[in-house]
Amino acid sequence: MNSKKKHAWLTSNQMILVYIIAVFSLIVGIRQPAFWDFATVLNTMRAAIFTMCFALCEMIVIISGGIDVSFPAIGCVAMYVPMYIINRVAPIDNAWFAFGLAVLIGLAFGLLNGFLVAILNLPPLIATLATSSIASGGVVTILGTREFTVLPSSLQAIYNTNLITYTSPKTGFQYVLNVLVLVPIIVCLLIAWMLKYTMLGRGLYVIGGNKTAARVAGFNVKKLQFAAYVWSGVFVGVAAMIYNILMHSATTSALMGDEMITIAACVIGGVRITGGHGGVGGVVLSVILITLVQNNLNMLGIPTSWQRFVVGIVLLLGTIITSWQTKRSMKMSQA
Amino acid sequence: MNESETPYGSETVWGFFSKKERPGQNMGNEENKVFLKLKGIKKSFGGVHALRGVDLEIREGEIHCLAGENGCGKSTLIKAISGVHEPDEGEIWINGEKVEHMKPIDAINRGIQVIYQDFAVFPNLTVAENIALNGEVKNRKKFVNWKEIHQIAERGMAQVGAELDPDMPLEQLPVAGKQMVAICRAIVNDAKLLILDEPTTALTEKEVGKLWEVLRGLKKKGIAIMIVNHKLDEIYQIADSLTILRNGKYISSGKISEYNDARFMKDMTGRDLVETKYDPAPSDEEVFRVDHLTLKGRFEDVSFSMNKGDILGLTGLLGSGRGEIGEALFGITPPESGDIYLNGKKIEIHSVADAIKNKIGYVPEDRLTQGLFMERSIEDNTIASSIRDYFHGMSLNEKEMREASERWLKDLSIAAPSIDPPVRTLSGGNAQKVVIAKWLNTHPKLFILNGPTVGVDVGAKAEIHDILRGLAKQGIGIIIISDDLPELLQNCNKIVIMNKGKVRLVTDNKIDKLSL
Ligand SMILES: Nc1ncnc2c1ncn2[C@@H]1O[C@H](COP(=O)(O)OP(=O)(O)O)[C@@H](O)[C@H]1O
Ligand SMILES: [Mg+2]
Repeated sequence: MNSKKKHAWLTSNQMILVYIIAVFSLIVGIRQPAFWDFATVLNTMRAAIFTMCFALCEMIVIISGGIDVSFPAIGCVAMYVPMYIINRVAPIDNAWFAFGLAVLIGLAFGLLNGFLVAILNLPPLIATLATSSIASGGVVTILGTREFTVLPSSLQAIYNTNLITYTSPKTGFQYVLNVLVLVPIIVCLLIAWMLKYTMLGRGLYVIGGNKTAARVAGFNVKKLQFAAYVWSGVFVGVAAMIYNILMHSATTSALMGDEMITIAACVIGGVRITGGHGGVGGVVLSVILITLVQNNLNMLGIPTSWQRFVVGIVLLLGTIITSWQTKRSMKMSQA
Repeated sequence: MNESETPYGSETVWGFFSKKERPGQNMGNEENKVFLKLKGIKKSFGGVHALRGVDLEIREGEIHCLAGENGCGKSTLIKAISGVHEPDEGEIWINGEKVEHMKPIDAINRGIQVIYQDFAVFPNLTVAENIALNGEVKNRKKFVNWKEIHQIAERGMAQVGAELDPDMPLEQLPVAGKQMVAICRAIVNDAKLLILDEPTTALTEKEVGKLWEVLRGLKKKGIAIMIVNHKLDEIYQIADSLTILRNGKYISSGKISEYNDARFMKDMTGRDLVETKYDPAPSDEEVFRVDHLTLKGRFEDVSFSMNKGDILGLTGLLGSGRGEIGEALFGITPPESGDIYLNGKKIEIHSVADAIKNKIGYVPEDRLTQGLFMERSIEDNTIASSIRDYFHGMSLNEKEMREASERWLKDLSIAAPSIDPPVRTLSGGNAQKVVIAKWLNTHPKLFILNGPTVGVDVGAKAEIHDILRGLAKQGIGIIIISDDLPELLQNCNKIVIMNKGKVRLVTDNKIDKLSL
């Protein structure tokens, strides 16, 4: 019994991700000894910030039995509108205003998603596609397609605040890690706790597992669905503003297309696309793996033009492993 | 001296045929308090009168069986008891107190717990959570105390006598395990009346035995139990008393000892349903014959023939080749050698297309995945195999398609308001009739059915048998593949018994049923 549990743990989704990360790091490290440097950790963390934030949005929605393809569009609106106002309407140089407005915009579209899915009972894919078009089309029509590359000083101040500054003894280069990295880290911990120790969290799993049974048991299914989409909207607002600060760029299309890699990150991390499964741990590992691959392929001598292809292969392998794991779990019930 | 303690194995033997003493008969529950009493419950949906005045009385520490054919209103009655549907008329008394405008939560608070056919469990959560979570919601908990969840689960499993790993994800449990979890959940939520809607449909014989053991244990604790079931042998095994509904009407109720096979059938179906043995007029006109049919590894040297009017039964253990012969004749896995004659003409079968061209119809064992498009309408399913007949040039003749479907709906008395609802909404017996309609619409000359009445209730079963007999009389060759021996003995005038891929015995079924 105990050895069976141990075996199950050793072959769990998360452990397999750990193995793959270890093997990949080993290969890169052998080809490029420069990889073995604290700088790699900092680089990976910095590059992983956005994917991690987006995955935290998408994960909650998928666990609840839905899917959200609207967060890139919502994010774009949430960073573009405040920057448009600051640059062209009224120079409100206040970080609270920028983040606050981004959150409000995210909240509005999250409520729209919640309404379409929970109240109108539209299939989540269709509902969030519609929201995506409304958000994206609306902002382009009303406010045009500019690019804002200069931050107001309050946001620039955040950009200049680093958590860690590190000078590599090997190369002499200086590496920094922005304070905003704390956002996904703290939110990861909060979400992990929420999912495991609150009825809200269990409720999300419950409606992802069996909506009818959830209703019979007395869960408020509509409220929980609203919670998932509203969370996704609100937090993508925050994430988009972080993007704007770190990249010095706010456009109406910067994040478009990110939904695919985000959904893939969730699925590889053990969040089953059919809902009700997965958690923060697996998604963190999966985001780390994807970021490592994206960042270090050139170290392996693979030309940049091949990167998308290789990332695609990694996604495919990861998805195959998860679906194989799912099947294995289902098969045990036949035994 | 408690009959109900007899091991399961011996019960099955006498459960079906004999009228010896049965459990419950001498349990003497007269003194037990009445827990639930229904008077004249009526409920209609639009124009459908699902319940037309039902009385029911269930006592503490009693196992009460609710029986009736599919669609007679059993599930609707359960929903009335559990507060899901408010009855249009009638009284509900719980524990001597009249309850009005009952909502689901009121029913739960009064100790009524229903285990629906899908168990309403969460496949993605652990056993422990499944048992404890509903109670936590009811108590309006905001946070999860995992230690408490485990304690509740352990307590529930101890009370029920279930041994499950509390940390096991539910999706890894077999159906019977999920059902146990649902029972444990009902018990930790203080069930005083436990209602199970058709609990044995997906269970193996051994699992049914375990379920009875658990229910008898709960009964001893004074819990009232109501089971929806229409399998006679199972009712004899477990029930103390019985209520029979037909067409939403209360028909009869009483101690199990007051019933025998004949009364049960009569009350269920409204007909004297003593199925007569099939005995067609002898004929020399050969309809179908196979000589030395062989498919290596499946079956070898199989020969048999059928004359006009014959219904041929093909039986044997699983893996004996009985199912494989059906699949071979329909061209799914074509035979390698041997000759096939249909109506005196030699035919070749190398593919399903060959079989269909030669007017052979086949109802597979697993009709849900192989024989039907569950989400499509009755009409779409009925014409699925004969759609070519309705092409006139480039267009489909919709009118003819509807007419054909409507004719089968009537001829096979499929219980559905029209040919438009999806097959998913039909009961097992009616779904099976749609499969039969689909093939009859191709006007087959040979009709092979694998397990034609699996999951079909008694009334519909008899109807399907009648249909097959009628077809045989018209000269269509009927082959029934089944392991349901009583069914074969009653409906086939010729039986081929297979063993390890070879024909062991061909009988003309003159053996008496009891001498077997
Ligand atoms: N919600 C509903 N709306 C309309 N008709 C219904 C509904 N529920 C049940 N019925 C009808 O009531 C009758 C009894 O159904 P049901 O109680 O499910 O039968 P059983 O459980 O005995 O098979 C059937 O004719 C069914 O079509
Ligand atoms: Mg029913």
